[in-house]
Amino acid sequence: MTESRTTDAIVAHGLAVGHRGIPVVADIDLTVRARSSLALVGTNGSGKSTLLRTLVGLLAPVSGELRVLGERPGAAPQRLAYLAQFHASGFILPLRAIEVVRMGRYPNLGLFGRMRTEDHDLVAWALETMGVAYLARLPLRSLSGGQQQHVYLAQVLARRADLIVLDEPTAGLDAGGRERYLEAFAAELARGAAIVTATHDIAEAVEYDQVLLIARRVVALGSGAEVLTADQLLDTFGIVLRDPHAHHAGRFVVAERAHGAPQVVDFERGSPD
Amino acid sequence: MGPFLDPFLDNQFMLRALLAGIIVSFSCAIVGTFVVLRGLAFIGDALAHGVLPGIAGAVLLGLPGIAGAAVGALAMIAGVNLVTRLTRLSSDTAIGLLFVSMLALGVVIVSGSSSFAGDLVGILFGQILGTSPEDILIQAVAVMIIAVIAVICARPFLLLSFDPEQADVAGFPSRRYHAIMLLLIALTVIVSFQTVGTLLVFGMLLAPAGAGALLAHRIERMMAWAAGFGAISTYLGLLLSYHFDVAAAATIVLVATAIFFIVLALTSARSQVPAGLSPGAGTDVRP
Repeated sequence: MTESRTTDAIVAHGLAVGHRGIPVVADIDLTVRARSSLALVGTNGSGKSTLLRTLVGLLAPVSGELRVLGERPGAAPQRLAYLAQFHASGFILPLRAIEVVRMGRYPNLGLFGRMRTEDHDLVAWALETMGVAYLARLPLRSLSGGQQQHVYLAQVLARRADLIVLDEPTAGLDAGGRERYLEAFAAELARGAAIVTATHDIAEAVEYDQVLLIARRVVALGSGAEVLTADQLLDTFGIVLRDPHAHHAGRFVVAERAHGAPQVVDFERGSPD
Repeated sequence: MGPFLDPFLDNQFMLRALLAGIIVSFSCAIVGTFVVLRGLAFIGDALAHGVLPGIAGAVLLGLPGIAGAAVGALAMIAGVNLVTRLTRLSSDTAIGLLFVSMLALGVVIVSGSSSFAGDLVGILFGQILGTSPEDILIQAVAVMIIAVIAVICARPFLLLSFDPEQADVAGFPSRRYHAIMLLLIALTVIVSFQTVGTLLVFGMLLAPAGAGALLAHRIERMMAWAAGFGAISTYLGLLLSYHFDVAAAATIVLVATAIFFIVLALTSARSQVPAGLSPGAGTDVRP
């Protein structure tokens, strides 16, 4: 286990990802180490979700090399956690919140393994950490969208994974939920996990060790300070708002380009520069 | 013992019908729960009808109907998988086309043989009052097989109902467990058609489990409700059919659907209709 933890969580060389053999994003070279984080930043349809789904083994790589947790993607379900952006389940499912979190232990338990004290403790801890212990016995379908997202994040925590892959996990969370999420997943990094997250939020992306800007191609990969510049964001999103009073890499706010030329807009003046 | 028990105590055939109906209810409770939760109603319906040419063909050749039903069900599953893999058509189009063609083929086979008319009604609506001890034995074995598989696959089935991709990522391949689920539906249809008939086994798959879904907050309890509703429907249906001299299997299914709508009315009065039962929810069928 010690040895496997020291291997890189993700190594990609010349990777192309896509659907049915048709690439959406090509020429991806990246390495994500244990205890480090990567943010994917891009618009809807930029290929973020396609890359994430390839990392967890739901899509086969179109071409190139990809090792996840030292193996081919999807070969190590016990060490991987994935939270999709949308959930397929109709909420007719008669499930209580706690059962959703317990599912996080299934990869380790397999078909027949019994939930041990240790598993129950992890489930209770995860619910507590996401602040939803009080919802544990309530039916999932009676919870609000935000509450359900907390429960799903608790499921991810309960998995104790070495690689955590999250697709826009903060969408639908309020400020308090966002803070709780950031704290909990910072602790997961400290524990030794690697985290890959797709996000629209530039201010949040700055907090990650690496940022990959993606727009159906790799625009830039590097630290937040290197990558989150007006030009690069312009390349990624087409329109960028700048806060002239802030002087850190997170001072940009992006909007998706509807039409017309790319532009950078200062917050105060509200006019193109 | 009065009109509520005498029909069963005085008539062997009624007792056998009750026993067979209750066993079928248990199979349908387990399998129907997943049919309802995963939105597999259409493929369940298709399987129930897809077995018709198999049964008709088997009877024509002098083979046991149950063997023909098995061939028909497997052909149906294979056909749906093939069509959905080869084309980008949604699986309900594939299911619908196969369903219609199998049904038509069944009717063609039956119409080609003049002695067959009575059997067609028997296939579609069952012959629960003619249940033999062997039928009961077959059903008892089948319900045990179904229960054992459902217990073994409890975790992947739950993940599959929650989100098929979660099942894949968790190391439980969704294709494999979806196929097992389809085989369980097929097994239920195959062993139930002689009692409740192919047309009505479908009602027993959906109605008790649907009522259970309205009441339960856990899958095990949903199955328990479904089994209870199915057993009560069998008893009441047989009783009504005995006293009023109407078709037994159809009465059982009518009682089951009546229970569903009563539960729906009661739970809707208490709160709103659960969002999951709104049209379009959970109709996605993954091959």
